[in-house]
Amino acid sequence: MRTSQLPRPSLDRSIGMVVLVVLAAGPLIFNPFWVSFILTQVFWYAIAAASLIFLYAYGGMVSLAQASIAGIAGFVLGNAVTNGETKGLNLGLSPWIGFIAGIVIATLVAVVIGAVASRSTGIYFLMLTLSVAVMVNYFFGQVTVVSGFGGIGDIQNHTPFGRPDIHPNRLYYIALVCTVGAYFLLRFLLRTPFGLALQGIRDDPVRMSSLGYNVALHRTLAFGLAGFVTSFSGVLFVWWNNQISPSSIDITSALNLLVIAVIGGLHRLEGAWVGAFVFVIVSDYAQSVGFLHFMGLTQTRFETLIGLVFLAIVLLSPNGLLGVWEWSRAALTRVNRRARGPREEPPQASPA
Amino acid sequence: MVAFVTPMPPPNDGRTLRLSTRLKSLLVGSGSRSAIIGRTSLLLALLFVLVWVLFIAAPAPVSGAGNWRSTTFGSAVDDPTDFLKTLLDTLTYAGLLFVVASGFTLVFGLMRVVNMAHGSFFLLAGYIGVRLQKDYTHAGVFGLSSSQVSLWKEWVLPLVIAVLVVAGVGLIVQQLLLRWNQGQELRQALITIALSLIAADQIIAHFVRGGAESMAWPNVLGPDKQLTVGAVSYPWSRIFMLLLALGIGLGLFLWLHETRTGTVIRAGVDDRHMVRALGIRIERVFAIAFVVGAALAALGGVIGASFAAVDSGVDGQWLLNSLVVVIIGGLGSLGGAAVGALLYAAISNFAAVYVPTTSSNCCTEYSIILTFALLVVVLAIRPYGLFGKPG
Repeated sequence: MRTSQLPRPSLDRSIGMVVLVVLAAGPLIFNPFWVSFILTQVFWYAIAAASLIFLYAYGGMVSLAQASIAGIAGFVLGNAVTNGETKGLNLGLSPWIGFIAGIVIATLVAVVIGAVASRSTGIYFLMLTLSVAVMVNYFFGQVTVVSGFGGIGDIQNHTPFGRPDIHPNRLYYIALVCTVGAYFLLRFLLRTPFGLALQGIRDDPVRMSSLGYNVALHRTLAFGLAGFVTSFSGVLFVWWNNQISPSSIDITSALNLLVIAVIGGLHRLEGAWVGAFVFVIVSDYAQSVGFLHFMGLTQTRFETLIGLVFLAIVLLSPNGLLGVWEWSRAALTRVNRRARGPREEPPQASPA
Repeated sequence: MVAFVTPMPPPNDGRTLRLSTRLKSLLVGSGSRSAIIGRTSLLLALLFVLVWVLFIAAPAPVSGAGNWRSTTFGSAVDDPTDFLKTLLDTLTYAGLLFVVASGFTLVFGLMRVVNMAHGSFFLLAGYIGVRLQKDYTHAGVFGLSSSQVSLWKEWVLPLVIAVLVVAGVGLIVQQLLLRWNQGQELRQALITIALSLIAADQIIAHFVRGGAESMAWPNVLGPDKQLTVGAVSYPWSRIFMLLLALGIGLGLFLWLHETRTGTVIRAGVDDRHMVRALGIRIERVFAIAFVVGAALAALGGVIGASFAAVDSGVDGQWLLNSLVVVIIGGLGSLGGAAVGALLYAAISNFAAVYVPTTSSNCCTEYSIILTFALLVVVLAIRPYGLFGKPG
């Protein structure tokens, strides 16, 4: 948990740089299916999962409402920009106004949810946010004025950058900028006085309170900031998906974000991207693995497969795949040290 | 020995002191000006709801659009029969909510396990009941009517089998997955979440046959069997639900207060470590409590399949129901589950018929917002639910 305060070992940082360079040249390297489908999807999934990890690892709050907040941003955008061809309000506003309105309203809703939930932590917080998530889902299903069961479609006609299905690379780069921006914004937040106070509150709320920090306000603001980040995920999702319906934010979607975060590793922001990548890959390639097919786990039984992966991770490696990575790196270091003999300097800076 | 165990201060006292003292005075009285304003506005809101339901609400005209006070049912003064029916619906639905939520709260109170697979237990039992009943009665593609269903062999037997199977599943889950993670609340919650994902998908694979299905009540509780008092008649099946809930509530109360196991459970709720240190095999009590919790969910599932229907997605709905009931009532408290069930049932039943309808095709447009409002109000006044204890 507290490793976040130490400088990152250079191996991790160089891997990060290489990944970033490869992704920046993405359309040159990967085929169009990977660019427009796999990677773009990973980007917006990871933004929402990163906000979940931010709240858990540094605020001690397990939020299942992130998918709902992203969904609210998407629904607001959809209601604002569409013009008579679908359900909802069909306001026909400019795409930019719709985009800004989606972000602002979703952030405000997140602040309200955060204020309601800010006095509980841990397992209570999880239950409360799950209830909120299901209620938001039912809200959009029941209230036909803003959506109704079928949802809002034809949003791709109203984006600020043209139709994503014709120009997939544009959406790819927008999603890439958003996802990298989200990562650095969250990392930056953790180093501000606010972020440090938040981590103090995670560790000992009573002491922070007696030091004069307003615990509930810090939690509310953290939830609001996470909601701000998540709402970008919702906007990207509707641009990518062309439509949004209540089933896009149902209980399974809310849990999927938690699954992504846990698979990647709940204790470090980077886990969101690892988890999202694995999640999307599993969901796409589960069909083509013959062994799984033999066990009855085909594409249609994808949730069973991802549930089993999730269960295995929770039981075997509570810190997710990043935990496995950190463990093996530490094991390698130990082996190296032994091979070089006891007199050698501890190889803190050398392994790369 | 006991003198060495200094009670830990509840972890939330410090950080919520200012807000909670302010809000507690909402209930207790006196306090600052804002407390008085808050209390008054809450009372006014309740008064308004009461006046609305009793006097103002009016059914929309048969043709054409209604006005601002158009509701499905008229006010209680104009339309006492429908008001009474709504009240009875509330009580009977609260009965079912209580049966399911009491299992959830029992498991949490003793073991601190938030069983996110509770809804899956409910749905699994419901589907087992539906399938067995259809097999026993040799029902074809057309639905069953209650007159074809005998009480013991075609309703009680499926119920018993479903409850036993799900209780067995609960035992396996507890022994295999949860037992060795005792005390790690989040990890146990994640494990049950994983189970609920797998269960939901497997139920779709093996049980769901396109669309909602339901069990038929046995012939003695069929839709034609109504309790008629004057001009009001009310189905016996729903009264049975309420009686069953009362029986379960009484049984749980007696079990917890009059038997040795119950005493150990209550002691375990207060201090698990002390109970274990006294040499009581609390592991066995954990297993019993989890099995009883799963069985209650299963019982609720079969009743729910008879009262409404089962479909994919019902598991999430009943997980939400259990969560809302215990969040309102307070986790781990049986009385809290009863009160929470009543409040939640009242909101969903009354909102469905007494909230003004905006669209022509009826009902519950805004009931979910009112449920959320109930949750917010309760949590603002008591962060751990009406009967809950912090920690």
